[in-house]
Amino acid sequence: MALKMVKGSIDRMFDKNLQDLVRGIRNHKEDEAKYISQCIDEIKQELKQDNIAVKANAVCKLTYLQMLGYDISWAAFNIIEVMSASKFTFKRIGYLAASQCFHEGTDVIMLTTNQIRKDLSSPSQYDTGVALTGLSCFVTPDLARDLANDIMTLMSHTKPYIRKKAVLIMYKVFLKYPESLRPAFPRLKEKLEDPDPGVQSAAVNVICELARRNPKNYLSLAPLFFKLMTSSTNNWVLIKIIKLFGALTPLEPRLGKKLIEPLTNLIHSTSAMSLLYECVNTVIAVLISLSSGMPNHSASIQLCVQKLRILIEDSDQNLKYLGLLAMSKILRTHPKSVQAHKDLVLQCLDDKDESIRLRALDLLYGMVSKKNLVEIVKKLMSHVDKAEGTTYRDELLTKIIDICSQCNYQHITNFQWYISVLVELTRLEGTRHGHLIAAQMLDVAIRVKAIRKFAVSQMSALLDSAHLVASSTQRNGICEVLYAAAWICGEFSEHLQEPQQTLEAMLRPKVTTLPGHIQAVYVQNVVKLYASILQQKEQAAEPEAAQDVTQLMVERLPQFVQSADLEVQERASCVLQLVKHIQKLQAKDVPVAEEVSALFAGELNPVAPKAQKKVPVPEGLDLDAWINEPPSDSESEDEKPKAIFHDEEQRHAKQRQPEAEEEELARRREARKQEQANNPFYIKSSPSPQKRYQDMPGVEHIPVVQIDLSVPLKVPGMPVSDQYVKLQEEREHRQRPEKDRRRRKKKDKDKRGKPRRHSSLHTESDEDIAPAQRVDIVTEEMPENALPSDEDDKDPNDPYRALDVDLDRPLADSERLPVQKHRNAETTKSPEKEDVPFVEKKIKKPRKKEKKHREKEREKKEKRKEEKEGEDFDFWLSTAPLPAAAPAPAPVRARESLERTLSPLPLREGARSPGERSEATRTRTETMSGTPRRLRSIRRRSPRRRRRRRDPRTRRSPRRSSLQVKRRQSPWRTARSLTSLSRPCPATASWPRTPTSR
Amino acid sequence: MMRFMLLFSRQGKLRLQKWYLATSDKERKKMVRELMQVVLARKPKMCSFLEWRDLKVVYKRYASLYFCCAIEGQDNELITLELIHRYVELLDKYFGSVCELDIIFNFEKAYFILDEFLMGGDVQDTSKKSVLKAIEQADLLQESGSPSLRDLMPTDYSLPPL
Repeated sequence: MALKMVKGSIDRMFDKNLQDLVRGIRNHKEDEAKYISQCIDEIKQELKQDNIAVKANAVCKLTYLQMLGYDISWAAFNIIEVMSASKFTFKRIGYLAASQCFHEGTDVIMLTTNQIRKDLSSPSQYDTGVALTGLSCFVTPDLARDLANDIMTLMSHTKPYIRKKAVLIMYKVFLKYPESLRPAFPRLKEKLEDPDPGVQSAAVNVICELARRNPKNYLSLAPLFFKLMTSSTNNWVLIKIIKLFGALTPLEPRLGKKLIEPLTNLIHSTSAMSLLYECVNTVIAVLISLSSGMPNHSASIQLCVQKLRILIEDSDQNLKYLGLLAMSKILRTHPKSVQAHKDLVLQCLDDKDESIRLRALDLLYGMVSKKNLVEIVKKLMSHVDKAEGTTYRDELLTKIIDICSQCNYQHITNFQWYISVLVELTRLEGTRHGHLIAAQMLDVAIRVKAIRKFAVSQMSALLDSAHLVASSTQRNGICEVLYAAAWICGEFSEHLQEPQQTLEAMLRPKVTTLPGHIQAVYVQNVVKLYASILQQKEQAAEPEAAQDVTQLMVERLPQFVQSADLEVQERASCVLQLVKHIQKLQAKDVPVAEEVSALFAGELNPVAPKAQKKVPVPEGLDLDAWINEPPSDSESEDEKPKAIFHDEEQRHAKQRQPEAEEEELARRREARKQEQANNPFYIKSSPSPQKRYQDMPGVEHIPVVQIDLSVPLKVPGMPVSDQYVKLQEEREHRQRPEKDRRRRKKKDKDKRGKPRRHSSLHTESDEDIAPAQRVDIVTEEMPENALPSDEDDKDPNDPYRALDVDLDRPLADSERLPVQKHRNAETTKSPEKEDVPFVEKKIKKPRKKEKKHREKEREKKEKRKEEKEGEDFDFWLSTAPLPAAAPAPAPVRARESLERTLSPLPLREGARSPGERSEATRTRTETMSGTPRRLRSIRRRSPRRRRRRRDPRTRRSPRRSSLQVKRRQSPWRTARSLTSLSRPCPATASWPRTPTSR
Repeated sequence: MMRFMLLFSRQGKLRLQKWYLATSDKERKKMVRELMQVVLARKPKMCSFLEWRDLKVVYKRYASLYFCCAIEGQDNELITLELIHRYVELLDKYFGSVCELDIIFNFEKAYFILDEFLMGGDVQDTSKKSVLKAIEQADLLQESGSPSLRDLMPTDYSLPPL
């Protein structure tokens, strides 16, 4: 045995310790993995030894390796061994390793339960502390259930060091074992008034975290928190409380009214930016929850905005960022007060920091109005030119489009300007958002009928210009725009000035370098263009010119037929055959234009995404009935798709159908109707169904507004969007009040009974600008009874959901925390049993004999309080905000709650039978649970005892104590030492030193 | 509540990690790698906050070391910054002009200090004095408990401070 020990200690001398390991790793940079695997082998050997010091050393090294990313879960059992070492040195390492690598999946974790319980009740507060810290990282539902009662006991421990840790860990316990919340809550509440500020702030932390998830259960604590807020000087605590109020006010607007004054006082007085920021945030939350009919609150919002302006103007990037962030919250409800600071926000766009620029962009989105849209977009466009990084440039581009298109183009008064902006944006190189621009072009051209002519002229210029086609070889970003350009030119070809030129541009050989889907659109729209040219030429009686165009088509189309893209190839060969056929007809002098353009006849109208659903089923149509009998044999299976195909062909070919039997006809009609009803792309085929749809209630409220232009649309060539700035100014001048009134009247009439655009940001001044074009707007409709704001049910997996319990209801027997009845629990030593709780006792201590009586009385009191609670809260809320110096009702309540918590908790008495324990244990538990039986005598003794207890600890090793002396010399100097590691932190430089650090 | 805290070097080497919400190893590694990339890519003049996944990240660079905290949406960024600073001050007081090497070689001490300062993602004690006191007393307990291997070590690491 002795030999073994000697051998062990010799081995130890040769073992690597942590420093050796770290140095070794640093020295083996090139073969680190090999070195570490060698080290792990050594560690495995060390773990096999009996010596706990060797094991602890090994576990310490493993913890380091774990941080480097190595799996150490295989050593979980060894970690538990080290945790259970009696020496604090090793225990500490064990718990550290456990907290780093244990999680719910660790299977040996259940072995730790008793060890942790033992450590929790250890006489050394540091053993307890280390166990609590470790447990906070790896607590599982099982551990939480088994240890909840022990931890709750520790919440009333005599040492504030333990109390605060116990209070904090309770939050984790609640999360894992929600049943513990109700039994533990009274004690937690009691800790809000703990004499130790650390414990108090811990309790505030926990309750704030709880209340943020389920605020309504904590409303009754508002008076207590209010008192804390007005009396506390600790900024950390204040911030938490103010944040808590931010969560409570939406539930109780009266609370908000009460808060405004102390909060504004704090905003005025505090020099700590973090507190100021929190106050501003909460004031915003309060103002949002209050109805806007309060005139005197504009002062508070002004104050907030002013303070935020100071933040944004600060040179510190962090404050700037947060200022913008908070500003955007105000913007949602009080756009006007933010809009006054547009200059500041625009300045932020020039900031070096990209994240600040992005924040400013977010703000701008909400700040635009009809008046300033052109100006803001102009500014943004200049930034697009300057922006160096493509990501930021892309962000700018999407923001410009977002800003302009928000709420159905609500802020755009001149669509020519918008199209010009879009065209200017196409000059961006290397953007990923070509498709966005394309979508906007299509949308605007389709929905704003008046702009089509202008749009077509711009698009044909785009098709003509070479740069877009050239860019397709670099990155397929911006060439997406050609998709839109080709489609618009084809669809609205009647507006083209020189269709032939555009046609030639679209048939250039270079086009074949474009991506397939764009080429396909080219082919399709070439035909549309061709059809309209034919018509023109035939009307002008120029058959030669028409034949020339056909010849051009026949010559150029084969380049698409050769395309590798199937879609392009297929379309091109169809079109080629068609054109060849036309060529033959033309040769015979047959007029073809009419028929060719009939291929593309019909107009497109925008349809709300959900409008199709609203179309009512025609009378007599049973959608569930079989149109054809269900396929019983293979024969009918073949027939069905054929019929549908045939059907479709009919529609395109203008119902040139062969004669069919009467029955067959009826059946087909039915089928067609059904298909039309189900086809989301089907808009309208013939005048007759359209008329019927208009009569139907579901469709009539889709407004299609058309209004004459107030400005003639003649802007030749490629315009620069800047010119519209002037144009708009001129137009503003031209506005006549009389005209204005007329229009407004008309608008009102239009709007009545119809769904209108979202106009949250509609200000009166907006209406002064007459829109140049109107958008045919189709509001997005929701099915009836469905609200967009329908709140989804809470996620059943939400861990906070289980904590949503009524905390004021008296505790039932079944809810009490399980208590370990194992021997272990009884024989564990009492921690610091003679030390005195710091809690002030103000009431008489009841005798043991009176216990039953007392309990009854307490129950009664509890009931009375329950009844009073609601009234009290109402009363408190209805009183005017109190000055910080004298919060009258709160102290009364505070004492009341103190009294209540000082009476013994049913939990303990009910759960354990006193006879089972020794006298000493009982004394200890009673003291700890707040039973004041022997307190007086103990307290008298305490100072001496405490002094004596501290003595052994003042024995220090010489090295350490010299260090101590050195540190003591300047315990509060915040001046940093000269090392590079600690530069002062600018955001916090304004913190008042003394109050925060008590 | 804080979700996790990371310390890593300019070179992307992790120096300390503390997770306040149980997370699997795989997920941890993924998050650390991702976040490190994001933070290291930021320019020095940029602000210390960023939105990352559903969290807010607050980071601060001290010499070659990044201190990086992930907090929840409603938490206060400035107070988190203050918290990081407070932790650095604590390290500085404890080690006496701390440098990265102190944290590398005494990483367990850095953890112990953090554990005394924060627990379960919340501030445990806002007073530097009481945190340091707790650490010193625990250390005393440790040193009187056994002759630590550390005592055999030369204190000079023969490496220049960063």
